[in-house]
Amino acid sequence: MARSIQAKQSPPSDRSAQKWLLRGGHVIDPANGRDAVLDILLADGVVAAVGEDVTRDGGPVQVLDLDGLLVLPGLVDMHVHLREPGQERKETIATGARAALAGGFTSLACMPNTEPALDDATGIRYVREQAARAGAARVYPIGAISKGRRGEELAAIGEMVAAGAVAVSDDGSPVQDSALMRHALEYCRRWDIPVIEHAEDAQLAVGGVMNEGLVSTRLGLRGIPVEGEVSQVFRDCLLAQLTRGRLHIAHVSAAGSVAVLRWARQQGIRVTAEVTPHHLLLTEVEVSRSRYDANTKVNPPLRSEADRQEVWRALHEGIIDCIASDHAPHMAEEKNVEFDLAPFGVVGLETTLGLVATHLVGPSLGAGERAGAQRLGAGVEPRQMGVESEALGTAQLPSFTWAQVVERLAVQPARILRLPGGAGTLSAGAAADVIVVDPRAEWTVKPEEFYSRGKNTPFAGWPLRGRVEYAWVGGELRFARERGGFLES
Amino acid sequence: MNEGGRTPALRGKDLLELESLEPGEIQLILETARPMLSVFSRPVKKYPTLRGRIMVNLFYEPSTRTRTSFELAAKSLSADVVNIATTTSSVTKGESLADTARTLEALGADWIVLRHSASGTPAFLARQVRAGVINAGDGSHEHPTQGLLDLFTILRRKGRIAGLRVGLVGDILHSRVARSDLWGLTKMGAEVVLIGPPTLIPVEVENLVQTGSPAATAASPVPPSATGSAWPSPPLAPAPPPASASASMSAAAAAAGVSLPHPPVTVSYDLESVLPTLDVVQVLRLQLERQKRGLFPSAQEYSELYRLDSERLQRWGAKPDLLVMHPGPANLGLEISEELANSPRSAIREQVQNGVAVRMAVLYLLAGGRPAQDTETQTG
Ligand SMILES: [Zn+2]
Ligand SMILES: [Zn+2]
Repeated sequence: MARSIQAKQSPPSDRSAQKWLLRGGHVIDPANGRDAVLDILLADGVVAAVGEDVTRDGGPVQVLDLDGLLVLPGLVDMHVHLREPGQERKETIATGARAALAGGFTSLACMPNTEPALDDATGIRYVREQAARAGAARVYPIGAISKGRRGEELAAIGEMVAAGAVAVSDDGSPVQDSALMRHALEYCRRWDIPVIEHAEDAQLAVGGVMNEGLVSTRLGLRGIPVEGEVSQVFRDCLLAQLTRGRLHIAHVSAAGSVAVLRWARQQGIRVTAEVTPHHLLLTEVEVSRSRYDANTKVNPPLRSEADRQEVWRALHEGIIDCIASDHAPHMAEEKNVEFDLAPFGVVGLETTLGLVATHLVGPSLGAGERAGAQRLGAGVEPRQMGVESEALGTAQLPSFTWAQVVERLAVQPARILRLPGGAGTLSAGAAADVIVVDPRAEWTVKPEEFYSRGKNTPFAGWPLRGRVEYAWVGGELRFARERGGFLES
Repeated sequence: MNEGGRTPALRGKDLLELESLEPGEIQLILETARPMLSVFSRPVKKYPTLRGRIMVNLFYEPSTRTRTSFELAAKSLSADVVNIATTTSSVTKGESLADTARTLEALGADWIVLRHSASGTPAFLARQVRAGVINAGDGSHEHPTQGLLDLFTILRRKGRIAGLRVGLVGDILHSRVARSDLWGLTKMGAEVVLIGPPTLIPVEVENLVQTGSPAATAASPVPPSATGSAWPSPPLAPAPPPASASASMSAAAAAAGVSLPHPPVTVSYDLESVLPTLDVVQVLRLQLERQKRGLFPSAQEYSELYRLDSERLQRWGAKPDLLVMHPGPANLGLEISEELANSPRSAIREQVQNGVAVRMAVLYLLAGGRPAQDTETQTG
């Protein structure tokens, strides 16, 4: 397939002023109901036109023929740990923002559990300035709910929102004080921003390192019962009902949480939710199979096969709104230790799209896709997928179309965070955050090749299909695989 | 020598757990341990088998008894022993476990005997080094040589393991001994009853054997051991298949040649009611700090509910030949009375001696040794 970049004239010096004509790609833009082979013109940093046979409207235009490739709105990851300030050995805003873009995320929201925590305007401004300097993905900071993330007093939420925070969360330190959670939900109504909760009863989880169940019993590891998540989700939904605030549940891992969310939706409670790729694709068995590899240690923990199937179905049904990576980089020295001593978390920015494309997208590539397209994920042995083969059960789980995937990786997270500039869409006039994906590109997860400083992934060695080829942010081509990755401005 | 269809050797370089051992491998270790016992009666208490080899005791938790047992076992086979306890090693300076182990390996360690408070650490270590790793107790996971010496002790006292009903009493939740005993006993065809307060019984533990591990399901029946041995051959039960409880029962029962009235693993909270059905009871050590986590109200109440003494055995109708065991060190008077611990039906002292023999067998086999009979011709 042709992927040549043909500069019609020598490029202008101001790159954001360049025009790009992306021709003949399969445009999937569920926000506008587009799912067809179309041309798209990027000009002056925005999506200028989308349609059949879009003509150049004069001036220099770079033309890219994208036959057989997918053109998507830039993806949005609403749950990322960038570690800066304070833990730059794990990740920096610059390395994380590059990892995001290489993984197809043109926007990300970063959690405030840095050192110090992002609990005032200074911290929020610092993140935005560093992100602007990095010139990769857009970075939207999330402020802390409580001062120092200590779960005691409200942080300077108004000041943070004014500085650019798009939500608040004490992620990593679940809010135990129900009155504080109530006040956060109430107070945030002033701006109608979501309160993002890592739902977990800390007392039930104390000392736990994996899901509580047969596998934890066998391995002799302290368990974290699923009920600790479900009860907290229920509490938070009740508080959202009480306050009419906006609640977002991070990384739903339990079937019981799905039941609570379904009930909450029926009640009209304003709650949204996300799920991670690892909770969609892995179970607690992975801890046993990997022989206590700390890259299977995440919080919330990998759960049972029944939980995995239920969160998958909930994502399909829309009870869970979106996919977020919960990208949590750690140093190899921190992870390559006794299971009990290792920190929780895995990276995900550079594997999420490939995992989703390979394992969630079904045989149907979407209405506009040419016949004869190979089924994504076909030929991958169940055992390579990292779950018990008899329990894998993806056959009985609903598959997703590309449009549904874009909905859950771009449209919904942008909507939940109310990101500006038409993020998650290819609407005319929206910021030209666009990615091109080769849905048939086969590759293998090699952590040593990540742009992220964190190499801690349970998916190392997994064969995947589907990869980002180009990424524009604000009309500027910042990542082009054929040109060796990132383009310096 | 003809192996007679036995599992001829251990499969791995390490001994991490009993869960993944095949019944034939357990049988091999038990058979190899038997002649090793003569080390206690020989005038010269040494075999030259492991001369020039180095075994390191790397103990991140204090345990004089286990460390000494491994040390005696290694020295009886003429290996050199290095003892490292946390207080004397660089561990306290923050050197990582993996780094420590690689250093030990560079210094020539053939085996690292690891005791650690975190479950899974031996498996973690075994991935990092070429040296053999022997688990001397990891967190709440397993203590495989303890499990083996318990099997060996039961075999010597009872002449068989298959078909026996063995009670494990106490803190099953945190007990690595209980998990190793559970796997060892069920693989050898015994029934296990786990007895303790509900707060100290891990979730779904009664499903462990039914659902099986990859190793358990892969285990194949092993033919009886070579004939001509005066040693009673324990009938070997294949590990139950994962299909269903009834299927696993019948398979184990068929192989054991007895009919089992119960699933391989059951749970009881009531010691008095199950005591009369037991052939063997292993009393576990109660860690008093569990009380602080709110898992039981007091040592006094625990003792009232789960202590064993001779008067209770009498009153509750224990079998006359009930064998009483304890992995030690016992809280005498709390979980077991001193007079019962020292009574003829107690095997507690033998457990200690058997521990040395079993650990000799493990070292010997991990070194690639042939079965026990060969040892004696080589060294006798
Ligand atoms: Zn979290
Ligand atoms: Zn997180």
